[in-house]
Amino acid sequence: MATALQTAFDNTHPAKTHAETMVVRFAGDSGDGMQLTGGQFTLSTALAGEDFATFPDFPAEIRAPQGTTFGVSAFQINFGAGGIETAGDEPDVLVAMNPAALKVNVGDLRPGGLVIIDSGEFSARNLAKAGYATNPLEDGSLARWQVMAFDISRQTLTAVKAFGLGNKEALRCKNMWTLGLALWMFDRSRAPLIEWLRTKFSKNPHLAEANAAALNAGHAYGETAELDGPLKQFAVDAAEAAPGFYRTVTGGESLALGLVAGAKLAGLPMFFGSYPITPASPILHALARLKEFGVTTFQAEDEIAAIASAIGASYAGSLGVTSSSGPGIALKGEALGLAIITELPLIIVNSQRGGPSTGLPTKTEQSDLYQAVYGRNGDAPLVVLATRSPSDCFEVAIEACRLATQFMTPVMVLTDGYIANAAEPWRVPDMASFEPFPVTFHTELHPEGHINPYQRDPDTLARIWIKPGTPGLTHRIGGIEKGVATGNINYEADNHQAMTDIRRDKVANIARVLPPQTVDQGSECGRLALVGWGSTYGPIRKGVQRARARGLDVAHIHLRHIWPLPANLGDLLRSYDRILVPEMNTGQLKTVLRDQFLVDARPLSKVSGQPFKIAEIEAAIEAALGERA
Amino acid sequence: MNAITTPADWATDQEVRWCPGCGDYAILKAVQRTMPEIGTPPEKTVFVSGIGCSSRFPYYMETYGFHTIHGRAPAVATGIKLANPDLDVWIITGDGDGLSIGGNHMLHLLRRNLDCQVLLFNNEIYGLTKGQYSPTSRVGTRSPSTPFGSVDRPANPCSFALGAGARFIARTIDTAQKALPEILKRAHAHKGTSFVEIFQNCIVYNDAVFDAFTDKKAAADHQLHCEHGQPLVFAKGTKGLAFDAGTMTVSVVDIAEGDTTGIMVHDEYNRILAQLLIDMPFGPFPMALGVIWCSPASTFEAAVVEQNVAASAGKAVDLDALLRRGQSWEIAAKDFHTV
Repeated sequence: MATALQTAFDNTHPAKTHAETMVVRFAGDSGDGMQLTGGQFTLSTALAGEDFATFPDFPAEIRAPQGTTFGVSAFQINFGAGGIETAGDEPDVLVAMNPAALKVNVGDLRPGGLVIIDSGEFSARNLAKAGYATNPLEDGSLARWQVMAFDISRQTLTAVKAFGLGNKEALRCKNMWTLGLALWMFDRSRAPLIEWLRTKFSKNPHLAEANAAALNAGHAYGETAELDGPLKQFAVDAAEAAPGFYRTVTGGESLALGLVAGAKLAGLPMFFGSYPITPASPILHALARLKEFGVTTFQAEDEIAAIASAIGASYAGSLGVTSSSGPGIALKGEALGLAIITELPLIIVNSQRGGPSTGLPTKTEQSDLYQAVYGRNGDAPLVVLATRSPSDCFEVAIEACRLATQFMTPVMVLTDGYIANAAEPWRVPDMASFEPFPVTFHTELHPEGHINPYQRDPDTLARIWIKPGTPGLTHRIGGIEKGVATGNINYEADNHQAMTDIRRDKVANIARVLPPQTVDQGSECGRLALVGWGSTYGPIRKGVQRARARGLDVAHIHLRHIWPLPANLGDLLRSYDRILVPEMNTGQLKTVLRDQFLVDARPLSKVSGQPFKIAEIEAAIEAALGERA
Repeated sequence: MNAITTPADWATDQEVRWCPGCGDYAILKAVQRTMPEIGTPPEKTVFVSGIGCSSRFPYYMETYGFHTIHGRAPAVATGIKLANPDLDVWIITGDGDGLSIGGNHMLHLLRRNLDCQVLLFNNEIYGLTKGQYSPTSRVGTRSPSTPFGSVDRPANPCSFALGAGARFIARTIDTAQKALPEILKRAHAHKGTSFVEIFQNCIVYNDAVFDAFTDKKAAADHQLHCEHGQPLVFAKGTKGLAFDAGTMTVSVVDIAEGDTTGIMVHDEYNRILAQLLIDMPFGPFPMALGVIWCSPASTFEAAVVEQNVAASAGKAVDLDALLRRGQSWEIAAKDFHTV
């Protein structure tokens, strides 16, 4: 990709330069509307039939002081011909709306890349706020890149002058001017975005037209400025996608839709108890709008009430779901134990973020795997699944609903901040292609004495699920150990051993019904396997692809089922000489694999709050193979 | 038509495991005795509890029951009631469970006004953990964790409930086998969260702590039974409560020859009066018992259901269409084959 683009920029011919893929990053102040600009550019990318992956990267503060480096918000998109798995290692184009955005982001721009700068924001005051001693537009520090600096602020003010907006309001159209320029650069249609503006500002048509004027002006600027300087039009290849109906989807949206679909396949109403937390809240927001699908959402007073209410709803016969991020999951720990010992179906979604404690609320990390697998008092097993991408969240959510209801167990779904916010094209499946798994509540009267609510299916070990309200089957459950044969309180030693064994076996035996672990790329044995889980899928996949293209013997295995692990995984791992586990933590899956299979899994750690770069994976593959040679 | 039940139908086959002489026995008996009169069938009834001596209660009721975790019964009950508003939900809690570890959930349960009954067994002590002082223990309570006496001021459960927005507050005594069933019936009849504080004697760790007003000899002089529309009198009608509008305070006045002129009349709908009755310091004033405040308002689960129905009205429940909402495009099969 980099080579192709190098040629693209070096091309002095005025005709459109060609690129297979392109990485563009929009960066500005958190009040500059960069996420909106990125989102709309993503829409135009989708409509142009290109594959893409995005990476929104924003500060934890809602409105950090203007012009500061910690208030910089960025949106990166990688787009073009098919097979795009990550938001891209290095931007080819950076749009910097102020000095702070330039300072934070320009270092990531590939050498020779293009940086578009709003010089109107480069006042002495703004330069000082960003910590620049001298003006980078004048001191030669940007020599490695191609710089296109012009006064976007003034251009915007001129474009919207006719609408008589106040200065502040007029400047807010800057992001649309910039978007217009970007649309020109990549030869995109303006019509759908102008339509979107008119819908967005339907209550204020005046503003809609002002923004449209800014967008058109940005586009026109590209056309007239084309002849000199590095600003050029690019023709980026469209993806060769399979036929079908596509939409853009973020992980948050996809997970919410998957939960709705899963509850429907189980034939149950869904109860979603949640407490707001970054980056998990989009799931609550999405579900709160879907009441017609039998979804009740409850914003609880805290994380504990969120899970406790979901447990109550499951007890009453709904599918209880709760969602949070690491710190909130920690608070839910005791209630998780209650769901485990009462053997109720429950889904817990963890949109992981940087930790420990409050950590990095808006940055991504995969460091809650220990918490998911081991993090409770007592021997307290539950099922753990991991999503690999925004669109994968849909299937994983359905799988969570299936396992929770068929095995009467809590299921934790691990996703992360990157997946939750990133968008990608999703080929929308037909619901008819999913096998329903309807729940049957127990209603049969017990012939004599009392019903034992812990009566089980001998095969799955799942206990019966009796809905309160069912005549003749009144019973009590709770957090105290219960008798295997009666369901009454029981403190006997043998009984606790038996119940502990059952809880362990029930979850462990789920491995028997899981599909065998497959190899994503490469052969089922060889010199090196990269084993990943979660959102590292994209970079690992691309890294392995590149290494294999160069003839290196490396395979990629990506896990959806973290607990229990697929039954064939141990044998599969033992068929490689080396195992490398890239994770955005200090080696948590690595430890679990060692523990479960006694294999020499080695960690590849990154906890910088940013996803792995493809190049980092490639380098690690080379090192692992070289070390052995 | 609900089948007619007897108190025995509401008792499980489980051996009750409270200490001999515990006030919980009397409460259990009163509840089992009252349930047939209330008339909800056992299978529509759910008892939810947290942790503590009182929270073992569900195991002894032949209904649906959920013995949850410490302090969280209100949250679990909220999920149960939202999932199935037809269920009749009772929350059993104690002073530690409901006001210490679970104080936050109690606050939100009351402000939301979920339709359920809360029976808070107040014994002013932690029984199950062997006798530490509780958030309702009086200053100076000596316990294993406060060998020199507790120094923090106690919470007043009913005052907390009123402040949290409760719409029904009643107070009674474990052994009040006449008053307790009546209050249970009133609590059940009230739509919304009915908060009932029951003074419950812990015979092992805090015996006789309420004797100053529960003892037979003290009862007449120190219990004020609040009855809607009736003068607030006690001590066999020889004393009553009067209100001084100038200082906005209540005082105990003597009643001569049954003349209750100037004596306040109980009004369940009067929140200010409720606050006065709840906050009267015991000693100079009697202990106000009975239904102190009852002012129905719309309930949480009804509002949730109403909104679910309204927001769903006229909307097609088409999952395939839902999945296809938003920014979308189609790639036709022929395009695919030509590439």
